[in-house]
Parts: sequence; structure tokens; C-alpha cells
Amino acid sequence: MHPAPSVIIFSVFSGMGFGLLAMLGFGFAQAYGIAGFLWWGLGYSLAIAGLLSATFHLANPKNAIKAFSQWRSSWLSREGIAAVATLVILAPMALSDWLNLGWWRGFGCVGAVLALFTVFTTSMIYTQIKAVPRWNHWVTPVMFMAFAITGGAILAGLPVALWLIWTVGAALLAMWWIGDGAFARAGETMGTATGLSAIGEVTVFEQAHTSGNYLLREMIYVVGRKHAAKLRIIAMGLAVALPALILVLIPAPFGFALAAVSHLIGALAARWLFFAQAEHVVGLFYGQR
Amino acid sequence: MTTLPATTPKKLGLAIDLDTCVGCQACVTACKGWNDQGAGLSDQDPYGADPSGTFLNRVHSYSVQPIEGASQIVNFPRSCLHCDDAPCVTVCPTGASYKRAEDGIVLVNADDCMGCGLCAWACPYGARELDADQGVMKKCTLCVDRIYNENLPEEDREPACVRGCPTGARHFGDFADPESKVSKLSAERGGFALMPDLGTRPVNRYLPPRKKDMRLEASVLAPLLDIKATGFAGWLDRVLGKI
Repeated sequence: MHPAPSVIIFSVFSGMGFGLLAMLGFGFAQAYGIAGFLWWGLGYSLAIAGLLSATFHLANPKNAIKAFSQWRSSWLSREGIAAVATLVILAPMALSDWLNLGWWRGFGCVGAVLALFTVFTTSMIYTQIKAVPRWNHWVTPVMFMAFAITGGAILAGLPVALWLIWTVGAALLAMWWIGDGAFARAGETMGTATGLSAIGEVTVFEQAHTSGNYLLREMIYVVGRKHAAKLRIIAMGLAVALPALILVLIPAPFGFALAAVSHLIGALAARWLFFAQAEHVVGLFYGQR
Repeated sequence: MTTLPATTPKKLGLAIDLDTCVGCQACVTACKGWNDQGAGLSDQDPYGADPSGTFLNRVHSYSVQPIEGASQIVNFPRSCLHCDDAPCVTVCPTGASYKRAEDGIVLVNADDCMGCGLCAWACPYGARELDADQGVMKKCTLCVDRIYNENLPEEDREPACVRGCPTGARHFGDFADPESKVSKLSAERGGFALMPDLGTRPVNRYLPPRKKDMRLEASVLAPLLDIKATGFAGWLDRVLGKI
């Protein structure tokens, strides 16, 4: 799949943002006055920047408002609704923390649960697609949730981040380990795609078109996989190992700030691979993956 | 509404005969020609070095190698299969994608489409292509503007690809009716669905290439090489043979 920067930035930034909003909403990290404003502002900024980035992926954004309508069947629609609901419901809590009003934390807890649900809906947009076997597994939501909760905990300056970060490492390893065999396990081949396996072995005699098309650019994007092994090491190093080391060696708050930057860059590398390594079964019609 | 109808009284679709198809691409041009009216299907740099365009139908060519005997060329038209359990419809966040309750045709309402491309990701068959100029998703409509069009002569009330096929390799009809031409053809010829394990329950059926005739041990050209001359040439042949 084509690793579009808008979608990578959207899912990483909004994931981390909603993770931080969840930590602030539950009240795991509390600050008042200007510090409270900045903390909540960071959470809102990341979440909103991510959502805005997602709209750059749309070829016809003027109809984006209609995306709130199909929550009955569409995870993408559910995500839009959950994201907006989270930002609205958490607003009183943010106001309360900023101005030290001491309002009831119920709003915060509901909003925090919604924030995590938003990240879950994001992950389900990919998980639901059977045509992309690498994504079509429960490990995908686990990976998204691990990134959001860990990223949120680092940004919130919670010491537990040092332990949470290993869930990201485990989720990435599981994602890669399970994902590498997923296409083969799904069992689709050129023979099943064309239905010609009953006759014999199918190969491409001539392509359907001599130049590129939307399918080749969007779903059969092989360029991004070239440096997969190196990118995996970079992702694991920057998202997990280095931030863990920083959290141990450098005291708060600088440790958390440095760890957050490293974790964010690592998460972007991991998310690039999430798209670039995902193979769509439509490639079989072209004899490619 | 992007929830799917539980069942449709009609299941309109195509039966594509892989035995008869010669890969001439007439269906591709007929489709592009008919559907290029109105908003149309845009092309980018069509006469330049890197042409690209929106097509609702593509014809692939495969070489199939049986365990014994010579390989076969199979031409393979690929378009929307109008699935009963269409994943492209349910993922749509705006309600632009829908499956018609009356006849099962899967359509996109361009006025609602925001061009997110998720439906194209969800489709295993590559049936949907985003129009780069208009920013909305395009797909086979089964020529819904032809098949019910009373302004057209009756013989033209079928999809352009079917009407334009010079070898009669494409058949249009109602798969919900076991007595329809397409249902009978599919039953008779062992029509199959593509990637059925993905649970999309496609309506369209492909008719497999027929078995090849028995191959003789000797060259098929042998009878042509054993020429018996007659008349003057025969007399000359006999005389010269005796000298």
C-alpha cells in the first residue's frame, strides 16, 4: 500500500494526541494554570493536527462533512464521530484544569475512554480490510493502542511509560512476526484471483495496460519496502530502545521530552512500514504483490 | 446508506466467457466510450510520455501452463463483480457507495464521495479507480443508464461492454433467476467466482476455458506435407519417378 505522508502523520500524531488526552482526562497527570493549559493544548494540538492532516488525503474534501453519517457500517465514519465527541467532551475538563475550577472528573474519564476508543476505530479502518492480509489481524489494534497509550504516558510524564514502552516493542515484534506470513496464510494466489488454478500455473502473459494506473500507484506500491529491514531496526531503536534508555538515564522533565521526540520519530518509521509492507491481493492480477 | 440490503430480488451481473474472449479490448473502449459522457472518466497526459486514465474495465492476458501439454493464453477481463457482500460499500464513511436493493447493482454517488479511497482498498478485485481530475471514485455501473433506458432500441439495453463484444464472450442477466441465460450458462459451463474465500460473494461469474481437443502425436501439418499430385502434374510425377 502507498505510504501516504498525510495518513502516516495523521495516525501517529492523532494517536499520540488522543493518548495524552486520555492520560489528562483520567487525571493520571494533573497540572493547573498555565502548565495545565499547555499540557491540554499539546494534546488537542496533536489530535487536531493529525485529523487535519487526514483531510489532505482526501481527493474531494468538500464532502468530508458527510463522513459523520455512516456510523452504522463504517469504521472511518465512527472514527470521525468519536474524535469530535472526544474533543468536545474533554473541553470542560481542560477548562477546569486550566482555570483550577475543580470540576467533577467524570467528564475527563468519559472523554478519556472515548479518546482510546477513537484510536481503536482508527486501527479498525485497517484491520477490517481482508484484501490486505497483513492488516487483517487483531495484532493491528493492539499495536495502535500500545503506541497511543505509551506515547500519551511519555508526553504526560508518567514514570510508568518506562514499562509501557515495552508493550510497543512487543506489539511491533508481534506485528512483524505475524504479518510476514499473513499473505501466504490468506491463501490467495494468481490462481485463485483468476480462478485458473484448475488448469495449471498462471503467469502474466501481457499486462492489461502499458502505463501506470490508480491501482498500481495506490495498492501495488513496492518502492517503500526496499529498506524494510533497516527501517525495522530504526523503528525499534527510536520508538522503544532509545526512549527507554533516555528515561532511565536522564531525569524528568528533560528525559520525557527527549524520549517523546525519539518515540515520535520511531513511530513514524514504524507507521511507514505498516503501509509500505502491506500487500493488497489486487496485485495478484498483475503478478505483483 | 452503506449498510447492505439483506437480499435483492434481482442479482444483475455478467457471465464472462474466458474460452471465447480474444483479448481485443473492445469492451474496454466500449465501456470508456459510453461512460465518458457527462462527468466522464478522465485521462491524464493521454498522448504524452506517461499516460494514465480512469477505466472501469481492464483486460489482462495470462499464460496458463498445465502439468502436461502446451501452455494456454487466457484473456481475462476484470471489472466490478457486484458482490452480494460488497466490502467497498460498508467501509464508505459518507454514504456515497451503495448497493441497490432492487437489482443488486453497486454504485457510487459522486455527489457524496469525498475521495478517501477506502472503498478501493477494501475491494479485492481492483474494481474501483479514483478519477484524478474529479477526485471521486469511479466504478462499473453495469450501464445502469442503458439497461433501463427506454429511449434506446431494445437490443441496446445491455451494458456497453456486452453490446460491444465482437465474439459474444460477455453475457448480461439476472443471476437470481435460475432460468435466466446467464444462470443457465454458468451452471452448464461451471462458472466460478473470483477469490470466494474472501467472503465477498461476487455475483459475476467467469466461464472457464473449454478443454482443448486431443493432440495427435504427429505434427498437425503432416497431411499437408503428403501431397498427391493429380492431372498433368501427376503424370509428370509418375514419369519422372520412373526415369
